[in-house]
Amino acid sequence: MNALLRIEGLNITPARSPERKLVNNVSLSLARGKTTCIVGESGSGKSLTALSVMQLLSPQLHMQGKVFFQGQDISQLNESAMQHLRGRQMGMIFQEPMTSLNPVLTIGFQIGEPLQTHLGLKGSALKQKVADLLQQVGIDPGRANSYPDELSGGQRQRVMIAMSIACEPALLIADEPTTALDVTVQAQILRLLDELKNRMQMAMLFITHDFGVVADIADEVIVMFRGEIVETGSVSQVLQSPQHPYTKALLACVPDAEGKKVLQPMNYGWLIPA
Amino acid sequence: MPDCILQAHHLKKTYTQRTGALGLAGHQIHALDDVSLQLKRGTTLAIVGESGSGKSTLARGILRLLPLDSGEVIFDGKNFLALDKSALRSARRDIQMIFQDPFASLNPRMRVGDIIGEGLVIHSIGDARQRQNMVIQILEKVGLHADDTQKYPHQFSGGQRQRIGIARALILQPKLVICDEPVSALDVSVQAQILLLLKQLQQEMGLSYLFITHDLRVVRHIADEVLVMQKGKVIEQGSVESIYNAPQQNYTRQLLNAIPGQARRAATA
Repeated sequence: MNALLRIEGLNITPARSPERKLVNNVSLSLARGKTTCIVGESGSGKSLTALSVMQLLSPQLHMQGKVFFQGQDISQLNESAMQHLRGRQMGMIFQEPMTSLNPVLTIGFQIGEPLQTHLGLKGSALKQKVADLLQQVGIDPGRANSYPDELSGGQRQRVMIAMSIACEPALLIADEPTTALDVTVQAQILRLLDELKNRMQMAMLFITHDFGVVADIADEVIVMFRGEIVETGSVSQVLQSPQHPYTKALLACVPDAEGKKVLQPMNYGWLIPA
Repeated sequence: MPDCILQAHHLKKTYTQRTGALGLAGHQIHALDDVSLQLKRGTTLAIVGESGSGKSTLARGILRLLPLDSGEVIFDGKNFLALDKSALRSARRDIQMIFQDPFASLNPRMRVGDIIGEGLVIHSIGDARQRQNMVIQILEKVGLHADDTQKYPHQFSGGQRQRIGIARALILQPKLVICDEPVSALDVSVQAQILLLLKQLQQEMGLSYLFITHDLRVVRHIADEVLVMQKGKVIEQGSVESIYNAPQQNYTRQLLNAIPGQARRAATA
C-alpha cells in the first residue's frame, strides 16, 4: 500500500469538553494522482479533518490520532518542521479567495513567497517561475503586479491555486474552493485543478458539500456525518449504489438538472434504533 | 392575455461608477437594461444569472426598494410605480420577500413571535389575541411549533430560521412572494425541505413566486418559467422545458453545461 497520506484514528474534541467528539475515529488514506472528496453537511467534521493534516486546528481544539505523510508520522512534528512541509509538500486552497489573499501585496509577490521561502529562488529566476505559474493557471503573466482587488473572484482563486502549487506539492488540500464562485467559473476551476493534479501527479483532498462537484472531480469519495465516516468508495460506487442510509437520504435531496427526480426531504429515520 | 399577477415593462436602472482622479470621471453601468417580464398567477418564474447579472437589482426595483430610472411595473392590475406613499404601503402587503441569509435577515433581539407578527401590527390587522393565533397558525404551517414564538432567532438552525423568514412573509397572505436565493445558504438536506415546503405552500395559498437563483438544478425543481439574465439584459426566457431542452442562446447553453455533475457523463458518453 503506497499511500501518500494516511490518517489513523483521528479524534478531535474541544479542549474544554473532551466528551464532545467533533471528529470521531476517522481513518483514511490518499494515493498520488487521485482525488478524494470528503462530502458532508456543515458540522460533519470535513474541514476539521483537512485542517488537522496540516496542524492548522485552532488551539482550542484537541486532536488525537496519527497522520502519516510519505511514511512519516507528522502528527507530533513541531511547528518549524511543519512549516517546512506546508507550502512545500502540502498546498492548501480555501473557500474565500479574497480573505486568503493579502490585499496590500501584489499577486506576483504572494505567488513568489513560497518559492523564496522553500526553494530559495531569487531575482529573474523567481520572476520567471511566477510568470510560468500564472500562465499555468490561465492568468496573463503581465498581471503579476496587480493587487487582489483588481481581479475577479475566479481569477483570485486561480492566484490561490498558483500559490498552492508553486513548490509542486505532493498533496493538495482544497476546502470548498469553488463554493463562492459562479457556475461557469466553477466549471473552469474544477477543470484546472483536475489537469494540474494529473500533470503533477498530486494527491488531492477535496472538500465539498456538492454532489455535482463530486461527480465531476472525485476518484474516491468519503461521506461524513456528525464527525464520523459513514461510507467510502469509488465515485461510481458511492453515487450510483450508495450503501449507507445517510448517503442514500442525502443523495435523494440533491436536485438534478434533468428534473426527473422527485425530491425527498431528508430522512433521519435510520438514526433511531429499531 | 394570460392572467398575470406581475408584469414589468422596459425596466432600466443605471449606476454611475466614479473613476479617475478624484472620481471626476465616470462610466455608466447598466444594472437593468430594458428588462421585461410576466409572471402568471399561481406560478413560479425563476430569474437566473451569475453574480452581477442584475437579478437582485430587478427584485428590489420591482418592490420599489430601489428607484428605477424608467419602466413600468403592473402588479395585480395596478401601476405599482405610480402609487403614492400610503397606497404603496398597503399594496406592499400583497408582495412579500424571502431573503438569502436567514442569519442576517432576522432581528436577533426580537422574539420569533414578534418578528412574524410585525407585519400584522404594521397593517393593523386583528387585535392582540387574533394576531397571536395567526402567528401560531403560520408557524405550524411552516413546520415549527407554537411555543417557538417565545424564542430568539439564535436558538434555531439555518433551515428553521429560513422557515421563520417564510412564516414572516406569508402571514399577510401575500399574492406575490419574491424569493432572493432562499436556499443558497442552506445544506442540501435542508434545501430540499425548504423547496418542498415552498411548493406545498404555493399550492395551498395560491402564491406566485419570483424566484431568484444562480442554481440551475434548483430552478428545474421549482420553476414553471425561466428568465436568463446576463449583465442587466434578458438573454432568454421561456418555459423550464424549453430552456433546458432547447436553449436558444449561447450563454444559456454555457450555464447549462456548467452545472456540476455532468463533466464525467459527457466524457464517457
